[in-house]
Amino acid sequence: MAFIPHTDDDVRQMLATIGVERIEDLFDEIPPALRAAPLTGIPPAASEMEIGRLMSERAARDGRPLSFIGAGAYEHHIPAAVWAIVTRGEIYSAYTPYQAEASQGTLQTIYEYQTMLASLTGMEVSNASLYDGASGLAEACLMAVRANRRSKSLRILMPRAVNPTYRKCVQAIAGNQNLRFEEIGFDPASGQTAFDAVERHAGSDVTAIVIQQPNFFGTLEDVDRLTDWGHKQGALVIAVVNPTSLALLKPPGEWGERGVDIVVGEGQPLGVPLAAGGPYFGFMTTRMEHVRQMPGRIVGRTLDLDGRPGFTLTLQAREQHIRRGKATSNICTNQGLLMSAATIYLAIVGPEGLERVASASMARTAELVAALTKIKGVREAFTTPRFHEALLKLDRPVGPVLDELARHGIAGGYDASADFPELGPTLLVCATETKTSGDIATYAAALGTVLGTARAA
Amino acid sequence: MSNNVPAELRYTTSHEWVRKNADGTVTIGITDHAQHALGDLVFAETPESGRAVAAGEACAVVESVKAASDVYAPIAGTIVAGNDTLADAPEKINTDPYGEGWLWTLKPAAAKDVDALLDAGGYQKFLAESAE
Amino acid sequence: MNDTNLTAAAREPTIFDLSRSGRKATAQMPPPMVAHVPPELRRRRRPLLPEVSELQAVRHYTRLSQLNFSIDTEFYPLGSCTMKYNPRGCNQYAMLPEFLGRHPLAPVALGQGVLACFHELQEMLKEVTGMQGVSLTPMAGAQGEFAGVAMIRAYHRARGDLARNEVIVPEAAHGTNPATASMCGMKVIEIPCNAEGDVDLDALRHVVGPNTAGIMLTNPSTLGVFERTIAEIETLVHGAGGLLYYDGANLNAILGKVRPGDMGFDVIHMNLHKTFSTPHGGGGPGAGAVGVGARLLPYLPIPIVGRDGDAYRWLDERDLPASIGRLSGFMGNAGVLLRAYIYMRMVGRDGMQRIGEYATLNANYLLARFRQAGFEPAYPTRRATHEFILTMKREAREHGATAMDFAKRLLDFGYHAPTTYFPLLVPECLLIEPTETEAKETLDGFADAMIAIQREAAEDVGRLKGAPYSLPVRRLDDVRAAKHLDLTWKPAA
Repeated sequence: MAFIPHTDDDVRQMLATIGVERIEDLFDEIPPALRAAPLTGIPPAASEMEIGRLMSERAARDGRPLSFIGAGAYEHHIPAAVWAIVTRGEIYSAYTPYQAEASQGTLQTIYEYQTMLASLTGMEVSNASLYDGASGLAEACLMAVRANRRSKSLRILMPRAVNPTYRKCVQAIAGNQNLRFEEIGFDPASGQTAFDAVERHAGSDVTAIVIQQPNFFGTLEDVDRLTDWGHKQGALVIAVVNPTSLALLKPPGEWGERGVDIVVGEGQPLGVPLAAGGPYFGFMTTRMEHVRQMPGRIVGRTLDLDGRPGFTLTLQAREQHIRRGKATSNICTNQGLLMSAATIYLAIVGPEGLERVASASMARTAELVAALTKIKGVREAFTTPRFHEALLKLDRPVGPVLDELARHGIAGGYDASADFPELGPTLLVCATETKTSGDIATYAAALGTVLGTARAA
Repeated sequence: MSNNVPAELRYTTSHEWVRKNADGTVTIGITDHAQHALGDLVFAETPESGRAVAAGEACAVVESVKAASDVYAPIAGTIVAGNDTLADAPEKINTDPYGEGWLWTLKPAAAKDVDALLDAGGYQKFLAESAE
Repeated sequence: MNDTNLTAAAREPTIFDLSRSGRKATAQMPPPMVAHVPPELRRRRRPLLPEVSELQAVRHYTRLSQLNFSIDTEFYPLGSCTMKYNPRGCNQYAMLPEFLGRHPLAPVALGQGVLACFHELQEMLKEVTGMQGVSLTPMAGAQGEFAGVAMIRAYHRARGDLARNEVIVPEAAHGTNPATASMCGMKVIEIPCNAEGDVDLDALRHVVGPNTAGIMLTNPSTLGVFERTIAEIETLVHGAGGLLYYDGANLNAILGKVRPGDMGFDVIHMNLHKTFSTPHGGGGPGAGAVGVGARLLPYLPIPIVGRDGDAYRWLDERDLPASIGRLSGFMGNAGVLLRAYIYMRMVGRDGMQRIGEYATLNANYLLARFRQAGFEPAYPTRRATHEFILTMKREAREHGATAMDFAKRLLDFGYHAPTTYFPLLVPECLLIEPTETEAKETLDGFADAMIAIQREAAEDVGRLKGAPYSLPVRRLDDVRAAKHLDLTWKPAA
């Protein structure tokens, strides 16, 4: 039997020590009526060789399309060392670091991660990760409600230019706790959150405002203006950011006069593969004044009995295993392995490497947009400055175009038409540093074919 | 087991103590039993002046490494002040729970509400009954 | 005794201490390209990120890894955590480049292979739990619990039953249970257990009623014993119009022997990182798949893999309009799900039933050895399930040796401590779960270490109190950590 080491001798000796005849006797407290019938729906055991072959066949079937999709998950080069180290047994199969003395590796890695993320986002303190960016935003909204004592309305301004799935996720997770999300429209010409839509709420009780930078379209928002407006209203400001972009863009801790209050985002771009959708990790940073309202684990440095420095989980009294019904969140297991990968990734690429990745991604996206908009029937939805994604308008429904591109081995982008029907058929495209001019030319040629027109000169 | 229970104070079954002040206000904190159960306190959050509270409403939070506990208003009233000195020195709650470790002062909605609380003997009896 | 960490005593500096301005991993740099950022949005100061060579980074994090305990190196008898072997084959095949490189929003036509794995996993989990529908999206047990309670809430609201806002939770429950109920806007009603470890049925009768949304139970319970009166509990709660939620943390005990669906549970969450061996990774990622009976099918969180003939696709808001919604940015922890799939295929039909049997055999064997050595089980009249509780209250009373002291001293013997001080209602407790993947010699070694420590407690309790001695650090000052918060590295002034 797979992974069960017992010999017949072992079983005999153990049963004798316990004082029963058969293993079945150990289940005598379970009412016989509850016993399960044989599990005929489960296939018989496969050896590692057999299942390995099946998985290889399935992987071969899926292949590796040339991908130009962003929309919340981004393909970046991951140095080989990152996963070579992170899949070491001492990291991969380690438990949550509750016994600090036996977990200094994990704990010191978290401390280093906290330092990097706090600095990257321009804030003072970070937690040890949340599940992902979307659920992280839900946690940030709940945290803002706890932290903003002066506001009673529980109203959160949520721009439509924030990732649509994040908005759905926030509703599913935080909707049960009486939070109200007020939708704020975007300017269809610029793709930025419309300031007059925000201004309409001036003078009312607003608990928090969410700003995503770059927003879902890849467009850069006027973050200083929005942040200052929020603070003037007595609202807390929640920033949702792309971590790679922070190598080039002003971090949320420096937005407006005094910076935002809570920062969250999807950490996947930092050393975590796309992997069909997960596992990823959410990051969250804030100011020291809010640290006790921040969910998730936090590691602190302290001293041991001999005065030697060491690391331990701290501020645990806020968490579920102690506070129970009054905890800041129910989060227990988080995304430790991915956070470790991100830490090693950042250590290897360093500040200059991250800048290069960010710049190359911006440049390649600009190159992609230029190449694709030469095709008749394709134009930019917005021309405002962007990071590494762009929304394109097509002259026909996007679904069939993407299906056809798939037949060419290309994953052309994200069909945003259903999320923003007022914009007509739209396609969100992204090119990172992993794409070459040759890749872009391949895509342009295929799209030209699919749209049935020659490229304009 | 720490069992210092000053005779002149009043108590609740959630381990708060109440002292009547000459000016009609009351001072509130947690008992010696409570501070001992919590262990070394690392943080205390006290209420803001002017807030009106009902009896039984959570007013403060005290936090140690192993527990974070709400502290409840023993009687209804308006908060006069929270003990700001605890921000830098929460351990005062451990070392002097009935003196420097006070949590907040309150103007009672009704002065006689205090008299309805447990006296020292009543609280000690409660402690004895709940001990294992 | 573990004396091998002497070199680790030369403390590993932080990666920032190793940094030198201008140092970099050149092989990892993409070529410089020009990007136009509007000046008012440009970052002015570089973030504090390490500047080290690739070798320095590799050496640093490899050395850090060597400071850890892990399943690959030590036995972890952690109750309620099911620290079984994480098969390397699961990792290798889950990380095939095609799976690793797939964008979650890529066309499903190019994802039939991976979707087949997810669909088959859904079906196997239904079979093994006796439920009618499964969603793989919750990213951890706690998210699975959230989904479960949210579905119960949605069910009652859909029937106009708006008064049902109470969730009954045993006192001994894991902290995520009441935390989850609160997150869903429900009121938590705690009920006690009796001296034998079963839920107190009288207390339950007293609190169940028209406001009951449901009850959250683990079976076997967190006390390590089977909830013998589950049939009565089911009758009481369903009879009052409430639903039953199963916390699957202890599923390993009954895998293949009993199915939660057969016990009458309406919704269950499974911890794939426990029962189905996906790695703990130093704190995640987990996966908390949820299974439901017919009543709750419409409310499952999306997306779910569906099948139209031979083709797989994602079922979303259009297919499940009453779904409680999306809990993640994409579809959950895909890589974890693939590992669980591969594991279940390697264990197979017969193996699935053996898991419950051998996990229970190992636990009862350890319990017998401890009993023989004079340790005190918390529930002496009960069988161990896949785990059991010892209480150190006698050792604490007679020698001043607490469960914490035993835990720390065990580290010196090369064993990770069992779960301590959970469940809260057993004083000085150790919750011990060996899992089925451990050999008899390992169990004997652990028992012998505990016996040696027990002797030490009687002869020289000071030795326990100062433990551990042989690890990279001695016992750490938690109070100082919380009072003087040092949460990020700062350069020396």
